[in-house]
Amino acid sequence: MGMTITEKIFAKASGKKILQPGENVWLNVDVLMTHDVCGPPTINIWKNEFGVNAKIWDKNKLVIFPDHYIFTNNPHANRNVDLLRQFSAEQNLPNYFDVGTEKYKGVCHIALAEEGFNIPGTVLFGTDSHTCTSGAFGMFATGVGNTDAAFILGTGKIWEKVPESMKFSFHGEMPEYLTAKDLILHILGDITTDGATYRAMEFDGEAIEKMNMNERMSLTNMAIEAGGMNGIISVDDVTKNYLAEIGIKEYDEFYSDADSKYFSIYEYYVSSIEPTVAKPHSPDNRDTVRNVEGTKLTKCYIGSCTGGKITDFQNTAKILVGQKVKVPTFIVPASTQVAAKLSEETINGISLKEIFLNAGCIIAESSCAACLGGPSDTIGRSTDGDVVISTTNRNFPGRMGSKTSEIYLSSPLTVAASAISGVITDPRKFL
Amino acid sequence: MANIIVGKAFVLGDNIDTDQIIPAEHLVYSTSNPSELKMYGKFSLSGVPIEKSGLPNGSCKFIEGEELTSGYSIVIGGKNFGCGSSREHAPLSLHVAGVKIIVAESYARIFYRNSVDGGFIIPIESIEKLNDKISTGDEIEIDLGKNNLTVMTTGKTYNLKPLGSVIEIVRSGGLFNYARKKKMI
Repeated sequence: MGMTITEKIFAKASGKKILQPGENVWLNVDVLMTHDVCGPPTINIWKNEFGVNAKIWDKNKLVIFPDHYIFTNNPHANRNVDLLRQFSAEQNLPNYFDVGTEKYKGVCHIALAEEGFNIPGTVLFGTDSHTCTSGAFGMFATGVGNTDAAFILGTGKIWEKVPESMKFSFHGEMPEYLTAKDLILHILGDITTDGATYRAMEFDGEAIEKMNMNERMSLTNMAIEAGGMNGIISVDDVTKNYLAEIGIKEYDEFYSDADSKYFSIYEYYVSSIEPTVAKPHSPDNRDTVRNVEGTKLTKCYIGSCTGGKITDFQNTAKILVGQKVKVPTFIVPASTQVAAKLSEETINGISLKEIFLNAGCIIAESSCAACLGGPSDTIGRSTDGDVVISTTNRNFPGRMGSKTSEIYLSSPLTVAASAISGVITDPRKFL
Repeated sequence: MANIIVGKAFVLGDNIDTDQIIPAEHLVYSTSNPSELKMYGKFSLSGVPIEKSGLPNGSCKFIEGEELTSGYSIVIGGKNFGCGSSREHAPLSLHVAGVKIIVAESYARIFYRNSVDGGFIIPIESIEKLNDKISTGDEIEIDLGKNNLTVMTTGKTYNLKPLGSVIEIVRSGGLFNYARKKKMI
């Protein structure tokens, strides 16, 4: 029996030749990532368990990105960043990307890719459920809690159950009006929010092969929205070129064997998928944009690890160029690198930044911002009665702030088209 | 780990995500400072829409008024309990509020791991759907030796799934205690 890419990475990281889905193994961890919300409690558990004078297992393998509650006056939130700063100094950490310095990056999952921590064939754990984003690089990446992270901090190891794999193949060429976000929302409608619980979600097919790394990350990012342990896409030339550009040339490439066993296989033809939304209050509450067209909006939001990458803003700008928005529209670049590119990249000689400002958008600094609500002074946070369309990944009750607000999730193309109209609008009208 | 757990049930629906268990805005409190830690109890389950809070009727407060802990020590859920973010503050908040055990049809992976590895709460899977058979406020007895749950008010008993491969971690009281027992650390 052949092995899937996820099983092969588990075998390598656990030192076993053969393993079976369902079996618990101890994995050697290549990178542990944490941030300002879960970092301080993780450090606290680690100190309680290993002693105040302990040293972490490998300081080069710990990466800390403050990113969640950054531009706020909330004293507790700012104290959490202080705690990270103090810990990083104490442990002399090379990979701490401090707020208020040139090293500040913004949203962890995007920064991990930009800074070269996503290495094919490796194992990355993070104290954030969207750690699965990194799986776009042919690696195993998943989220854990603070206790597990503290255990890794001390030992470099953690137990994990070998997941069964589900395969999602996308055939055909992506039409201009579709993005990876439409595809993953489509999958969620089919398999629901627990359809992949404890399983690996593997993506392939012609449409994936032609996708850039940013779009691939939108797919793997939302594996967790189906309960998936990880999302994964094998290395190909697109991956290799991305990595070569940031100076990464050596890594292990794993591919699923043709006779691998899958829990289930889904085949999609992208030409049959329409611009898609997830209606309130669940990412699996799928509908076509067409069916909800005309829904009145009070806010539009483009940002986060899944929807705030440069390609998301290129898509947004394609529709917003020369237009005005009718409702408050927030542009939140995931990382400082993305923010810089907004000034560099142009359409018809106009920078994306100018396109957004001319359209009347509000551009915020890079962070997780209102994707998860955050402290009360967070920019773009939803208030009572808001109806928001957003490129983020969750629309549970209260996720973006108020419990009485309603969140629609969609592609940046759909958010941009809707911002112009003030009501949910099919992007095909502007393309 | 006690074999018999007795308490009042608080009943919830399917897909109770971590934003409902502890809304993200409260994640700023320290988990090591005892007075701040109490805030996690105070705001536990505060994100659940009021009409779905304490089924079947809803509109039940998990935490009353200015209290910091709950009168309910058993949570009955449906499918996919604890979906969403990786915040360990979710099982922690239920633990701080006084919850000992959750019985749900299924759990999201990270919430399940956090409950077990952190030693906060025992997450038990039911065999059948129970959140339409138990009402908020029912007195419940759970026998972890026999893997069953009895509703004291009706006398009805339902079988539960055994804890499986994580039982040793649960019995040890969390991952670190387990690893010490096994001489891993």
